[in-house]
Amino acid sequence: MADFFLQILWTLDATLRVATPLILCAMAGIFSERSGIVDISLEGKLLSGAFVAATIASLTGSAWLGLSGAIIASVLMSLLHGFACITHKGDQVVSGVAINFLASGITVILGIAIFKRGGQTPTLNLNERFRPIELWFTESINNIPIIGTIYRELISGHSLLVYLALICVPLASFILYRSRFGLRLRAVGEAPIAVDSAGVSVTWVRYRALIIGGIFCGIAGAYLSISHGAFFLREMSAGKGYIALAAVIFGNWRPVRAFVACLLFGFLDAVTSRLQGVDLPIIGEIPSALMIALPYILTILLLSGFIGRPTPPSAIGVPYKK
Amino acid sequence: MSVIKPLPRWADLILLPFINLCTAFFVCGIVVYIIGENPWDALMVMLKGAFIYPGSLGYTLYYTTNFIFTGLAVATAFHAKLFNIGGEGQAYVGSLGVLLAAALFAQYLPSLLVIILCICCSALFGAAWAIIPGYLQAKRGSHIVITTIMFNFLASSLMVWLLSGILMEKGQQSPQSNLLPESIRLPKVQDAFEFLGVNISSSPMNLSFIVALIALLLFWILIWKTRLGYEIRAVGKNQDAATYAGINVSRIIIITMTISGAFAGLLAVNEVMGVQNRVILNYTAGYGFTGIAVALMGRNHPIGIFFASLLFGVLFQGGTELDFEFQSITRDMVLLIQGLIILFSGALAYMYNPTVSKIFSKIEKRSKKNG
Repeated sequence: MADFFLQILWTLDATLRVATPLILCAMAGIFSERSGIVDISLEGKLLSGAFVAATIASLTGSAWLGLSGAIIASVLMSLLHGFACITHKGDQVVSGVAINFLASGITVILGIAIFKRGGQTPTLNLNERFRPIELWFTESINNIPIIGTIYRELISGHSLLVYLALICVPLASFILYRSRFGLRLRAVGEAPIAVDSAGVSVTWVRYRALIIGGIFCGIAGAYLSISHGAFFLREMSAGKGYIALAAVIFGNWRPVRAFVACLLFGFLDAVTSRLQGVDLPIIGEIPSALMIALPYILTILLLSGFIGRPTPPSAIGVPYKK
Repeated sequence: MSVIKPLPRWADLILLPFINLCTAFFVCGIVVYIIGENPWDALMVMLKGAFIYPGSLGYTLYYTTNFIFTGLAVATAFHAKLFNIGGEGQAYVGSLGVLLAAALFAQYLPSLLVIILCICCSALFGAAWAIIPGYLQAKRGSHIVITTIMFNFLASSLMVWLLSGILMEKGQQSPQSNLLPESIRLPKVQDAFEFLGVNISSSPMNLSFIVALIALLLFWILIWKTRLGYEIRAVGKNQDAATYAGINVSRIIIITMTISGAFAGLLAVNEVMGVQNRVILNYTAGYGFTGIAVALMGRNHPIGIFFASLLFGVLFQGGTELDFEFQSITRDMVLLIQGLIILFSGALAYMYNPTVSKIFSKIEKRSKKNG
């Protein structure tokens, strides 16, 4: 029984680790999409963040510089997205696709040019990464049954960025629903003309939304390469940006619901790797391909209105023309 | 903001796209320069690799064939203002059609008939994979971009499961299908030439190049010479007006996606029937996504698509040459160029419009003064 309990805790622990980049990217997606900009480019921003983080951490030896570099790189990608589809009113999906290609290309090219290892960065040592943090009182609570174990195995012992991701959810919620900027941002995504006639610049609100998204994606990228992993690998984002986008839709463009969706998708991922080759009673072995496909299947079902009704921002995808 | 005068037709169709393309290559050149290589040398190596070395032209045209198919897929959807990002998945699933038709008919029917059936089935399976996102967009209002992205991932999972399961070659460990029977493999171009008594160096280019040219022609007829094509363009221009004119918009959306998926599915003809002769894991290798760049650059017109495909053929084939010649430039450069082309010919397609238009009106004024 105790063993089973630990197994569950470890799975949940893995869930949290896998879900962290999804959560951050989903918050980025929410900011961008609620302001009316489709954000396919989460994937590319995540990837470029991961690359710059690992590169700078490896060159300077500082994880914090790596994180800052990742944020700057990802924000620059956001600005490019904004330049194309806000300033020049280009197609947002096309621009997003372009950024994803740019990111896949430039990370490998620069990686090879700098490190000459086929696009991979050298493995980072512990000082160049965000290490797991032992939270307060772990020792003293340890002796309390159940709670102590939960605290030790699940809540404590993650890297700073995991806790940062968890804080980002209420923060995003607060900004969106309780601040003046958030009100304007949501209004720009629903009825930009109304915001414009109130004398607020639609362009500037949308740019700021994209910049915030860039910051979140940068942190997510840094998490991938200098916290969860210990190096950058080509295409290391591996579709996580798209899953985060699915989570945004699954969460109906709301931070807390999207957070739950990220945990759900993370949980599926964690369970998949745990169940690999395990023969379950009655069902037998579940093909891992099915488990991997499940987030996409669920999102499609949701999108097509078979579970609930999605309500995307009304002005999404439409460039604002005065 | 001053009113921008519309450009003359030739400037809009040729000059602007050309400037956009130059910008993309210029930025790429800067990147090459930054990583310490000579952009001009890199370009020369690419061109040599794509045209001059023996067999290289065949390789270039083999890649071109792929991009014609996926470019047509994206372009068809664009005409109805639908963005089909799912070409990759549709092409992947299209290969199942080839396998199925080969398994069902290869033993019983003459090989020419089987080849035609295989081609049709690849289109059919590609279409089937696109029809669901089409239906969901038309009837249930889920956005085509998102659903086609999800369907790419679904296709990938499905094929991993099939290729490492029931379709896996017996006694092998790698995820790939059995070889196709010899009789239905498409003849390579060098074989065709040898038959005529001319020897050319070998390359993977095969008869599906002809299929691609036929597809281009069919596309042109469909979009500009048929009633359906007119309806597709009408839906693309203005859905409300199309509805008002009595066009069943959801029907057109579903049909457009079906045709789009069929074009993507044809990729299997070149890759599976012509080159690999079996289905290999991830055989689509990003060709479906390149179709987006091809369609944007080719302005959704068959002639444009042909030349855009040729350009990408050159980039892909020349890109492999970069691997050999340079230490720090690899074929990943092609990914970057692709991104830049999508950015400048797609998202920023009209960035230079005001500038060019200003120059044109100045020239006009001056010629009026002088005349």
